Amino acid sequence: MSYIIDRRLNAKKKSTVNRQRFLRRYKQHIKEAVDQAINDRSITDLERGGKVSIPRKDISEPIFHHGPGGITDRVYPGNREFAEGDEFKRPEQGGGGGSGQGKASNQGEGEDEFTFNISQDEFLDFMFEDLELPNLIRKELKDATSFETRRAGFSSHGSPDKLHIVRSLKAAYARRIALSGNRRDDIRALRKEIWALEKEAVTDDTTERLQALRAALLELEKSVKKLPFIDDFDLRYQNLVRLPIPSSKAVMICVMDVSGSMTQSIKDMAKRFFILLYLFLQRNYKQIELVFVRHHTLAKEVDEQEFFYSRETGGTIVSGALSLTADIIKSRYSPSEWNIYVAQASDGDNWDGDSSLCGDLLREKLLPLVQYFAYVEITTGPHQNLWYEYEGIKDQFSEQFAMQQITQPGDIYPVFRKLFEKRTEVNS
Amino acid sequence: MSTSSPKLLSISSEWNFELLEAFDRELARIAKDFGLDTYPNQIEIITSEQMMDAYSSIGMPLNYNHWSFGKQFVETEQNYSRGRMGLAYEIVINSDPCIAYLMEENTLCMQALVIAHACYGHNSFFKGNYLFRTWTDASAIIDYLLFAKNYIRECEERHGVEEVEAILDSCHALMNYGVNRYKRPRPLTAAEERERQRSREAYMQQHLNELWNTIPKKEGPADAQQARYPVEPEENILYFIEKNAPLLESWQRELIRIVRKLAQYFYPQKQTQVMNEGWACFWHHTLLHQLYDEGRVDDGFMMEFLHSHSSVIYQPPFDHPHFSGINPYTLGYHMMQDIRRICENPTDEDREWFPQLAGSDWQASLDYAMRNFKDESFIQQYLSPKLIRDLKLFNIHDDAGLPVLKVKAIHNETGYQRIRETLAGQYNLGNREPNIQVYNVNIRGDRSLTLRHYMHNKQPLSSSSKEVLKHLHRLWGFDVRLESILPDGTVTKRYECPPSAELLEVICP
Repeated sequence: MSYIIDRRLNAKKKSTVNRQRFLRRYKQHIKEAVDQAINDRSITDLERGGKVSIPRKDISEPIFHHGPGGITDRVYPGNREFAEGDEFKRPEQGGGGGSGQGKASNQGEGEDEFTFNISQDEFLDFMFEDLELPNLIRKELKDATSFETRRAGFSSHGSPDKLHIVRSLKAAYARRIALSGNRRDDIRALRKEIWALEKEAVTDDTTERLQALRAALLELEKSVKKLPFIDDFDLRYQNLVRLPIPSSKAVMICVMDVSGSMTQSIKDMAKRFFILLYLFLQRNYKQIELVFVRHHTLAKEVDEQEFFYSRETGGTIVSGALSLTADIIKSRYSPSEWNIYVAQASDGDNWDGDSSLCGDLLREKLLPLVQYFAYVEITTGPHQNLWYEYEGIKDQFSEQFAMQQITQPGDIYPVFRKLFEKRTEVNS
Repeated sequence: MSTSSPKLLSISSEWNFELLEAFDRELARIAKDFGLDTYPNQIEIITSEQMMDAYSSIGMPLNYNHWSFGKQFVETEQNYSRGRMGLAYEIVINSDPCIAYLMEENTLCMQALVIAHACYGHNSFFKGNYLFRTWTDASAIIDYLLFAKNYIRECEERHGVEEVEAILDSCHALMNYGVNRYKRPRPLTAAEERERQRSREAYMQQHLNELWNTIPKKEGPADAQQARYPVEPEENILYFIEKNAPLLESWQRELIRIVRKLAQYFYPQKQTQVMNEGWACFWHHTLLHQLYDEGRVDDGFMMEFLHSHSSVIYQPPFDHPHFSGINPYTLGYHMMQDIRRICENPTDEDREWFPQLAGSDWQASLDYAMRNFKDESFIQQYLSPKLIRDLKLFNIHDDAGLPVLKVKAIHNETGYQRIRETLAGQYNLGNREPNIQVYNVNIRGDRSLTLRHYMHNKQPLSSSSKEVLKHLHRLWGFDVRLESILPDGTVTKRYECPPSAELLEVICP
């Protein structure tokens, strides 16, 4: 007595809970891996998950078993050269003399790392946790693009409501013609013959022949009629495809101070800030270009690698970077085509006489062009002149300008808060 | 014109449900002719993804949630997606009805093979073998798992996931020591207890001699003679903790019980791997050949079948890079075939070694072997000199005290007996797992628990034992000690949790 059951449509992902528990238990390890990945990867390269490695001994489940030593007697197959009483040196560990029974994973020692992948969602989750993003925002950031449905020709599969009647009937007609081609030729030939005969004089011979031909004709016509009028095969459906909604282009200009006072840990913090802005922009724009401008006393446009990882020393003049930014915008990113976002990170140092110059540059040259200008000051010390200068601007351009002091990653988010608020207003 | 004869079940390699039913019907008929007694079958078709889920819940259709199953899943998924491992063609569960999972990717031939292997081979083994009959209740396991899953979920809601997880972690560490190896006697009823007490009293009364009471008793050192608790060492550590741990709450005891029950359920499988797989391979081979002989399947089908069959029972030699111990499928399958051969065509050697088998009815003899043995005794009883020669088995003696390994026996006249005994010993669970038992509880003092590891062949415990002891400490709640002792009673090593300064791994002379 047997029952055969199709379980393929049953709920999948039965192991999800267990998997999540595993991830939760090794959160610390995974976080380290995510941190490492953030530092290693480019800002634009967060679209995929990540590989996490955990030393096997940290996740092993201990049980009592025999350790090396003592006397063991084992039986092996495939003897070729040994005779009774042979003696030979013990092979190195991992050779043929290794223990035969038991799975290697239970033995724990000498194993490589336990490596597994986490998805992009999980990757971002771990990163956002660090940044203390509210849940709703996390979700918005993860749903990268929105789609719309468009027509794209016809297909032979689909749901009944998408059935295209004219196309289906055309296909049916074509099929009927195709399948009855030979017989139609025959019918035509028969008819011709019948007509020819009918024109001739009536004799017994011709009547007999006429009758035979007519019978054959009838038979053929019947078989042609047997072809189904419409068949599953003929059905045509409107084909719909999901296309990402094209949104306009954006450029994100990252400005960072790389003078001697900016340590690598400050830069890493700045990198998280830039990543978050990038993710946010990605949510809203189809195409994003990144421009990196770094400065000490001189400003220079560089690539991402150099931006984050090369070290410079020297004093700080911010205005150079701002005017370079303005030049880049003017020459390459016309505000009528591009949405321009500028993000500036610094430890707050600036040469004394320069700050008012910066204020002027922002007010006159930059802020009229850009969608948003975000400034983070990564420092634990007291504010310096640039901060006070910017505070004045903040009051003047509260719509476009945000600034925040950051001592830990959790402080980054408030900078974006206003930006999000603005977005939801526009959307609603 | 098709050349296939009308008797053929199919000439395609694609399966569908009608064909599966047809194959199952035929195989059931043949299996019945061969006298296989099975539970009803429940054949379930699943996807590879569901197979991975099944893998990571120890093959059961449902199980409680625990991070270690997630770890297993993550690992399986990783290996599978990298192409480093294939998935099993089937999983079969010892339940009534017997549930077998078939992967949808299999070809028709594979499905037929798997049905023969799992639904008639394993199934009849589950129903017939004495260990399964003694220790598992096939009709109740699914319900019990459902109960366990719900109970543990409720515990998690009430006491928090972390609390529950901690207890389960500790239980899992001791899972191998949560089984009964022998049936306990049924507890006495109240009436029997009274009856016993009465007869004991009567006996005492008969032998009472007032004179003896006048002789003064010898004063011994009191604590040396102090009775141990438990009086007899207890090998089921989890059982002992469940019943005796001083501080556990009742839900925690229930969790221990659940893990213990599961360990007990899997206990027969661990001891019958060779037999179980051998039996199933023997029967898929026999059943499908019968199908072929009857003309129900064609040559192409058989070629595909034989290809799969021979890769399943392939045994790489000891120096092969893919060697990882003796393949239980190979050993089991050949032993089963060998029994049939000895019954049907015995040689003089077989008559000498197996006088009771030679010339007997093979079906009855094979059935007897399946029902009444486990791997260890099965090998001890049935491994023939011919098979030792065919597999070219040899025995390596590894004494850590010596610089060299020694070949003690090979496949020749003088070696057969020793190889048979050694191989049987290799499947003896008592040798494979360290023999650790509850020895004493200091019930009048600090309530510390002492375990004893009775060493076998001077094999020490591995370094993970300290971690296990921490888990034991969590369950017991008071100090836990573990002593490794030699057969002559000397203690070679002591472990303690929490470690005390002076006792930390003292090696006694």
